[in-house]
Amino acid sequence: MTITAPPRPPAEAPPPPRPSAGRRLTGRLLALWRRLTAMRTAIVLLFLLALAAVPGSLLPQRSLSQTNVRQYFADHPDLAPVLDRLYLFDVFSSPWFAAVYLLLFTSLIGCVVPRAVEHARSLRAAPPAAPRRLLRLPDSGEVTTPLEPGAALDVVEEELRVRRYRVVRRDGRDGPEVSAEKGYLKETGNLLFHLSLIALLLGLAGGKLWGYEGSILVTEGQGFCNSFQQYDTYSAGPLVDSGDLSPVCVDLEDFRAEYEPDLTASKFTADITYGAPGEEGRPTTIGVNDPLRSDGDRLYVTGHGFSPTFSVTLPDGTAITDVSVPFLPSDQRTMASEGALKLPDVGAESDEQLALEGFFAPTGLVQGGILTSVDPRPLDPQVAIVAYQGYLGLDSGLPQSVYSLDASQIERGRLAEVGAANLSLGESLTLPDGTVVTFSGFQQFAALQYSHDPGQVWVLVSAIALLTGLLGLLLLRRERVFARVAPAPTGGGTVLTLASLTRGSGESGPRFQALSDELSAALAARAAARTRAPQPEVPPRDS
Amino acid sequence: MTPDQSLLDLSDTFFSVAVALYSVALVSFCAQLAFGRRPARTRELVAAGGVATPTGGADEAPTAERSRRGERWGLIAIGVTVLAALAHAAVLLCRGLATDRLPWGNMYEFATAVVLVAVVVYTVLAVRSPALRHIGVFVLAPVVLGMVGIGLFLYVEGAPLVAALRSSWLGIHVTAAILGFGIFLVSGIASVLYLVRVKDEAKPVEEQGTGFVSRLPSSAALDRLAHRTAVFGFPIWTFAVIAGAIWAESAWGRFWGWDPKETWSFIAWVIYAAYLHARTTAGWRGRPAAWVNVVGLVVMVFNLTFVNLVSSGLHSYGGV
Ligand code: HEM
Repeated sequence: MTITAPPRPPAEAPPPPRPSAGRRLTGRLLALWRRLTAMRTAIVLLFLLALAAVPGSLLPQRSLSQTNVRQYFADHPDLAPVLDRLYLFDVFSSPWFAAVYLLLFTSLIGCVVPRAVEHARSLRAAPPAAPRRLLRLPDSGEVTTPLEPGAALDVVEEELRVRRYRVVRRDGRDGPEVSAEKGYLKETGNLLFHLSLIALLLGLAGGKLWGYEGSILVTEGQGFCNSFQQYDTYSAGPLVDSGDLSPVCVDLEDFRAEYEPDLTASKFTADITYGAPGEEGRPTTIGVNDPLRSDGDRLYVTGHGFSPTFSVTLPDGTAITDVSVPFLPSDQRTMASEGALKLPDVGAESDEQLALEGFFAPTGLVQGGILTSVDPRPLDPQVAIVAYQGYLGLDSGLPQSVYSLDASQIERGRLAEVGAANLSLGESLTLPDGTVVTFSGFQQFAALQYSHDPGQVWVLVSAIALLTGLLGLLLLRRERVFARVAPAPTGGGTVLTLASLTRGSGESGPRFQALSDELSAALAARAAARTRAPQPEVPPRDS
Repeated sequence: MTPDQSLLDLSDTFFSVAVALYSVALVSFCAQLAFGRRPARTRELVAAGGVATPTGGADEAPTAERSRRGERWGLIAIGVTVLAALAHAAVLLCRGLATDRLPWGNMYEFATAVVLVAVVVYTVLAVRSPALRHIGVFVLAPVVLGMVGIGLFLYVEGAPLVAALRSSWLGIHVTAAILGFGIFLVSGIASVLYLVRVKDEAKPVEEQGTGFVSRLPSSAALDRLAHRTAVFGFPIWTFAVIAGAIWAESAWGRFWGWDPKETWSFIAWVIYAAYLHARTTAGWRGRPAAWVNVVGLVVMVFNLTFVNLVSSGLHSYGGV
């Protein structure tokens, strides 16, 4: 396939004597615009876009995992800040990534809009007149027939119409001729494809601007409402007004994980109730691959885990019963989990704070004093805990993970280890000062994610349109067929000159051969019918 | 359910059988090249028939004899390839029956299926246009290497799927990805051969190679093969990416998140789009376009191997 680009004036045409500065500027801009909207530029920009996406997959990205980025900073203290200044940890929201795709889309618009206008015009216009020297076209040939010119052209016209060509007949300078065209849909597909790309980008941008997402760990029996204060982490587009979040509250009633005999997780389901705050909630069940969709919002289960519960009895007899804390799974196959329980205000009379750091095994196995988990199902839950007393550093101003203790306080000796034990359900650890810590039970939690993306449907529709356009563009052919008749130089009959121009993938040669064979056959059939005049007319072939 | 062990063993046996048969086919294709006559030197136009057919000049007797022997080897090679592909399909069929699920739930099965698609696409094309049998070696050599690599490095026992993969989108998204990848594989090989052939054709006739290279189909035919397969593969790949996004919306809570696999699929898509553009743009036609296609294939392979094995993304639960 070839693109026959309209001849363009050279970018730097010799300027007429002393054009005004404004003229010159316009000229420059026009040249720049032409350069930008050339296909060659589009190819280069496509490459740049691909290239620009590469660091986004090779370096950790904040949008995917803050933890990995922090880890990278810790591992490469010199390099990381430099990379960060180049937005290499936020590639897909960086100015230079945006610059590439905005240029590409400007180029695309500049290229597609004029084509769309031209296409609209050509849809209404008749197929163009035949070129003068038909035999110069790559696919062309001559057929002679005993029919007279007008009748021969009639046959050609009929046959082309049957094949769904748009046909016009003209009396050209070089004799009566027919121009036919079909495959307008190819160009329509092309335009649809490229315009859908633009629509898709707009949908993506809209979703980013007005969308938000919040994540939270919810233990069975608890719930949350859709507001940024409640989420463990959230992200929101710049145009989201936190007052506008849909008023929804969700309670987790029950969470179940099911396993195959080989302990592959087969199903996670969460029974929830949801509804407006203060309203009686509607019950439903969500699971992996099966989120709750309601009013353009979605609620997902993205993970699960166990929250062991502890009871603590202080030396003075004060009891804190059944505090449950989520432990994060460190191994999805066995659900071995790690976490920490921080009790900053345990005693009225002392400013000693208490903390437990621990390991939870839904089915524990102790070997040589080390607890491991052997099964993701809670068949024999056990914990390995280390108890600390001292200063937790919670009010130090630095943010802390809720799942681990601040190691720097331990290093500085402000937080001291005071005991350690492996406990089964109901067992206790007594600390030197008489505090008793009991592993009193466990619950399951679900990691829930609440999402709102107003661009999503728009993006889906654009994607479907894009694919439709692409199929039309790639599978259809645009063909022009020209025919001209002239009386045969020797005696009666006609010389029919045929030619075709094909735009689109595939080989045009055999198709042209087939078409001209069929036309010859039709001409011969008509000629035969004429000579057998008394017989009823041969019905036109329908093919 | 617990997978049926005897069926799994049968699947593994078929894998070995397929590799063995592919090797036999490879040797037969070699024999075809060695004994066959090379296609005429005449630089045919982009002629009828889709693929250039060798048109012999003055056929001396020994040449004709050689040619017939070569042709016979070519037929044997195609026949063995078909048998091998049947064994190859049986690998997946037995896996699927044993585990009662679609047999593309992990990287071993996915890669095996991709190679099968490539073989089937090539075989169909080669049956239809005999000139393409001359490139059998260059298709089957990567196939054998790929299969051995898959067997050595990616093998995993048949097992049930993890929860996230239990969705009808597995059948839609992954099947499309396998088809697209397999087709691009053939396209990429054609472009590599095109680059080799074009270099040879550019030399003056006396200096042109007389070995394997001269027995390849014409560069125009190779270019057409590469383009036609890419045109076929591109919408399928586009569909695979879109279906992946739709699945991600229900499985991962967003339809697009620049996860490494998503990013590289996008990069591959952009590169194939660039190839289709380059093929129609003056100044990029021919060698530059072919290089773009080769880069596209490299990206596809990188996306399968490096991204699965080295980077950690949401796709990694596919299992290695
Ligand atoms: C993300 C960006 C783009 C993608 C993915 C894309 C994709 C495509 C594809 C797949 C084709 C079909 C090629 C064929 O018919 O073999 C095509 C055709 C075309 N594209 Fe693009 N395109 C993009 C950007 C652009 C831009 C920026 C321009 C304008 C500068 C452009 C202009 C064209 C034209 C003129 C054709 C028609 C080629 C023909 O039918 O002869 N495209 N595009």
